[in-house]
Amino acid sequence: MSMGQWARDLGMGVRFAVAGGREGWTRALLTAVGVGLGVALLLLTTAVPNMLSVRHERDSARSDIDYSFAEKKKSDRTLVVADVDTDFRNKNIRGRELEPEGAKAPLPPGLEKFPAVGEMVVSPALKRLLESDDAKLLRERLPERIVGTIQETGLIGSHELAFFRGGGGLAPYIDGARVARIDRFGDTTPTETRTDPVLILMVIVVFVVLLMPVAVFIAAAVRFGGERRDRRLAALRLVGSDSRMTRRIAAGEALAGSVLGLVFGTGFFLLGREVAGSVEVFDVSVFPSYLNPSPALALLVGIAVPAAAVLVTMFAMRGVVIEPLGVVRTAKPTRRRLWWRLLLPLGGLAMLWPMIGQGRDGGTFNEYLVIGGVLLLLIGVTTLLPWVVEAVVARLGSGGVAWQLAVRRLQLSSGTAARMVNGVAVAVAGAIALQMLFAGVENDYTKNTGYDTERAQIQVSLSRGARLDPAAGKFRDTEGVRQVYAYAEGYLGERPKEPNMGAEVTVGDCASLREVAKLSSCRDGDAFYVTNAEYDEDTRKLAKDAGRTVFLDPSYEGGPRREEAAWTVPQGLKQAGMRMDPMGRERGGFLLTPKALPTAAQTALRGQVYLKLDASVPDVYDRVRNTSAAADPLSQPMAWSSTRTSDRYDTLRTGLFVGAVAVMALIGASLLVSQLEQLRDRKKLLSSLVAFGTRRRTLSLSVLWQTAIPIALGLLLASVVGMTLGVVLLKMTDTPVVVDWMSVLSMTGTGAGVVLAVTLLSLPPLLRLMRPDGLRTE
Amino acid sequence: MSIGHTLLGLLESGPRHGYDLKRAFDEKFGHDRPLHYGQVYSTMSRLLKNGLVEVDGIEPGGGPERKRYAITDAGITDVQRWLATPEKPEPYLQSTLYTKVVLALLTRRDAADILDTQRAEHLRMMRILTDRKRKGDLADQLICDHALFHLEADLRWLELTAARLDKLAEVVAK
Amino acid sequence: MTPPPGSLLAAEDLRKAYGPTVALDGAEFSIHPGEVVAVMGPSGSGKSTLLHCLAGIVPPDSGSITYNGRELATMPDAERSALRRSEFGFVFQFGQLVPELTCVENVALPLRLNGTSRKEAEKAALTWMERLEVDDLRKKRPGEVSGGQGQRVAVARALVTNPRVLFADEPTGALDSLNGERVMDLLTDAARSTNAAVVLVTHEARVAAYSDREIVVRDGKSRDMERVV
Repeated sequence: MSMGQWARDLGMGVRFAVAGGREGWTRALLTAVGVGLGVALLLLTTAVPNMLSVRHERDSARSDIDYSFAEKKKSDRTLVVADVDTDFRNKNIRGRELEPEGAKAPLPPGLEKFPAVGEMVVSPALKRLLESDDAKLLRERLPERIVGTIQETGLIGSHELAFFRGGGGLAPYIDGARVARIDRFGDTTPTETRTDPVLILMVIVVFVVLLMPVAVFIAAAVRFGGERRDRRLAALRLVGSDSRMTRRIAAGEALAGSVLGLVFGTGFFLLGREVAGSVEVFDVSVFPSYLNPSPALALLVGIAVPAAAVLVTMFAMRGVVIEPLGVVRTAKPTRRRLWWRLLLPLGGLAMLWPMIGQGRDGGTFNEYLVIGGVLLLLIGVTTLLPWVVEAVVARLGSGGVAWQLAVRRLQLSSGTAARMVNGVAVAVAGAIALQMLFAGVENDYTKNTGYDTERAQIQVSLSRGARLDPAAGKFRDTEGVRQVYAYAEGYLGERPKEPNMGAEVTVGDCASLREVAKLSSCRDGDAFYVTNAEYDEDTRKLAKDAGRTVFLDPSYEGGPRREEAAWTVPQGLKQAGMRMDPMGRERGGFLLTPKALPTAAQTALRGQVYLKLDASVPDVYDRVRNTSAAADPLSQPMAWSSTRTSDRYDTLRTGLFVGAVAVMALIGASLLVSQLEQLRDRKKLLSSLVAFGTRRRTLSLSVLWQTAIPIALGLLLASVVGMTLGVVLLKMTDTPVVVDWMSVLSMTGTGAGVVLAVTLLSLPPLLRLMRPDGLRTE
Repeated sequence: MSIGHTLLGLLESGPRHGYDLKRAFDEKFGHDRPLHYGQVYSTMSRLLKNGLVEVDGIEPGGGPERKRYAITDAGITDVQRWLATPEKPEPYLQSTLYTKVVLALLTRRDAADILDTQRAEHLRMMRILTDRKRKGDLADQLICDHALFHLEADLRWLELTAARLDKLAEVVAK
Repeated sequence: MTPPPGSLLAAEDLRKAYGPTVALDGAEFSIHPGEVVAVMGPSGSGKSTLLHCLAGIVPPDSGSITYNGRELATMPDAERSALRRSEFGFVFQFGQLVPELTCVENVALPLRLNGTSRKEAEKAALTWMERLEVDDLRKKRPGEVSGGQGQRVAVARALVTNPRVLFADEPTGALDSLNGERVMDLLTDAARSTNAAVVLVTHEARVAAYSDREIVVRDGKSRDMERVV
């Protein structure tokens, strides 16, 4: 067989694919869109590992404060960096204050030169935010003049909020954690940071769930117009092409659609890449440049997809012998067997089973098992559905004429019917599972944090040496703050270094102390102790020895030298009763009034301010943050809430919903095309049925039943499989199983809607076909 | 086929000599079998005797004497009757039917009518045969079938001719 | 003009055009109970359109169609459909049997459309299938029977409602002579036995020979051949 002959046959097939008139074009286009979506999704999938690694590289390249506590000497190549991260609303903003100590100080990635004091360089997203009207409060907090933008190399996402600002006098605050002296950027001790396994699981499942229906769709799309094609091939056989040639011509037709699909897919991918650069999911955004599939994988996709399309065509033609005078279907379809169809989903479950209960902290999910398991479960839908349709339809009893017509037709060709709804069923099953996973994980995120937020909702840790009282005063004056509890807090041990015993120390005036313990009487100069608090073991012992010297802020091995301020346990230490502090925590240890603490020991304690807020004041958290930044630029406000609300899944859920609906709409379009094709083939029959008085309603109803029965079965099966998969996924992430009925309903509703729409859209042509013109024999 | 009726029909368009008639007949209907002049002569004298034609005049000339014949009213009526009467459906009818149709076209009569009349007669015959066939034994059936197939062929010819009347009229009018 | 006395179905001055194509141009028709009338004519002459108008499948542009004293030409579609269901029967050339239904279900279909229960409908269907000698095919689907058998099933279906008028459009068009005659024998016998009128559109003279009378349609005009002779 010469190459020329091959090329000629394939070429002829390609011509048939594109030169089939409007109908041929529609078919080629739908195939191409389906293949294109598949290609784009596959390319995106292949780009995900690259994306994650680029993000990781970028993140580690800019890492600065490494908690090493190894003190560096000041030199002309050092830089002092302060972590001034802040939050605005629910967005995290990465902030760094930079104070170069010499001309050779290292420049962080993405920065061209150091901003001077009073200047800052911001990420494009932060710039946009600051320039918007509703970020006035943030602008107050970050009043520095913007002198530039951070380049892509310094960011890990297109939507990342970040700034660098010039700093001065940071050296005294160096503690290795908030403020550090460094001579280079980049992770010196790179650790294999684990991406949240649940996130990876979700990404994998999202892609599998979106890919599967597309794959099913492609499989269906390349079969569009199969009967007509078979007839055409039969005509070609009549004029002398042999059966190998006809197969090659059919392959050419399939190839044309999928090659066009490759072009579409590349377009979709490039488009998707840009879109991906403009969205933010899980507070994670990416730059389009991150989404570069590895060339080898891209090539694989480019070869695999057309090859798969051709293979599906060949597979579909396997039971068909094209003879010159028509098409012979070999081998009467045998009754569908259940066992191997059940094997697939059960196999899928078996693959997922070992990972149940692993959870977020329990190690990794084996990606191959996850992909394999989810794939098998979803493929199980496509293999089970034909059996279910056949089994159910065979048992459907009598009804009206419309019902009888539909049921009989389904009985005769349940495979076709099942194939038509397979795509929708798979999409629905996958979407239900994913929605359940999202909803479950979301619930997990809104779990009770255990904090009592009735009395305080925000805690501000002041920097070392910052004075507590003025700061507390400023908070009192902040709008929306109802109550301020201010304490100097610290920890003491029985010796300055590596103590064996320890206890908390809390310093505050009598009123404040009453908020954390039950005091019978209190005057300034009093000292109290509280025993039996949670985690407290040593207070009882330490409080017994009045006159004993203990050390506030002791040092520990591996850490920097701390204050190690000596303090004598005073005589007349009074025991106080325990009570929950404003954060809902049992506070033990020593409680001192200000006069009970020697001035020398004051620097060994850190100021902590607890604030009770009026939630009805708009942006009250950001007002507090502003006050905090003004009072002490290095202070760290932390908002507590009894439930951590998280809306970060909303975008993902919406995205998934839109994706699922889009896929289903596409499937619906193909359904419509094949439906119309089928109806046209029955034109004569329809007209003759109308001739002898069949009501149009009866025929329309029968068309509706004909799609409604398989789709109902498909959706039912999809719900069962989807919920099973959802439960398994939730168990895998160790999340309490909650069936998200809303998503089940919305997804099945969408599926049903698509079918209803297809039926409605096929009605006008149906009514047209029922006109008596079809009766004309001449 | 009736030569007499045919010649009469030819005379309807105007008086002609005997030789003229022969030439016209040969042109329109004679095709492969020209009419012998003696046949024309004897037919014309029979028609003359029956009063269907009359001698319009005698032209003296070099050759034989040339009688010019004209059709009489009785002759026209006779042609009319002949054309309107369907032939008994039998095989190899078409030469007669063809002549009738052409004559009808020449004399501006309704040729389609002639065909339809014949068609109705054919179908009537076919009904009778079909009926006989349904009631008869196998021998009857086979005999009737033979006749039916022939009649059907005639009928098809009638249909085809009816569909081509316009074209035929053009040819005849030349 | 009034319809000929005693006629069951009569049409006068029917006109019907499909776009620029004139299908009927003043056609006439009449048929008596028990009569078999053949409608002949060349392809495209309008004979099928005449049948469609007579059967109330399409309304004519103008003219009148009287069935049993009722005017069909202006009757609304639903009423015409009901009439077709209950009083008319149809046999077409091909493509009329529902391929998914078994033969007996196909025959029973018109009765079921009229609301007869499935059991009763199939019982009546079987009686008719016996008369047309196809009762052994009852469990078969149309794809599994020969053309002649299929046509006889179709005739059984057309007659199962005991129609007053049976419309047959080239009922033997796809059959060979022997099968065609078999179908015509059974069809005309069955129709005569129930005193149904048969409108038989055909282009085959030997099929038309089963009729009592012949109408020829040419260029949208009809011609009753009885009146010619």
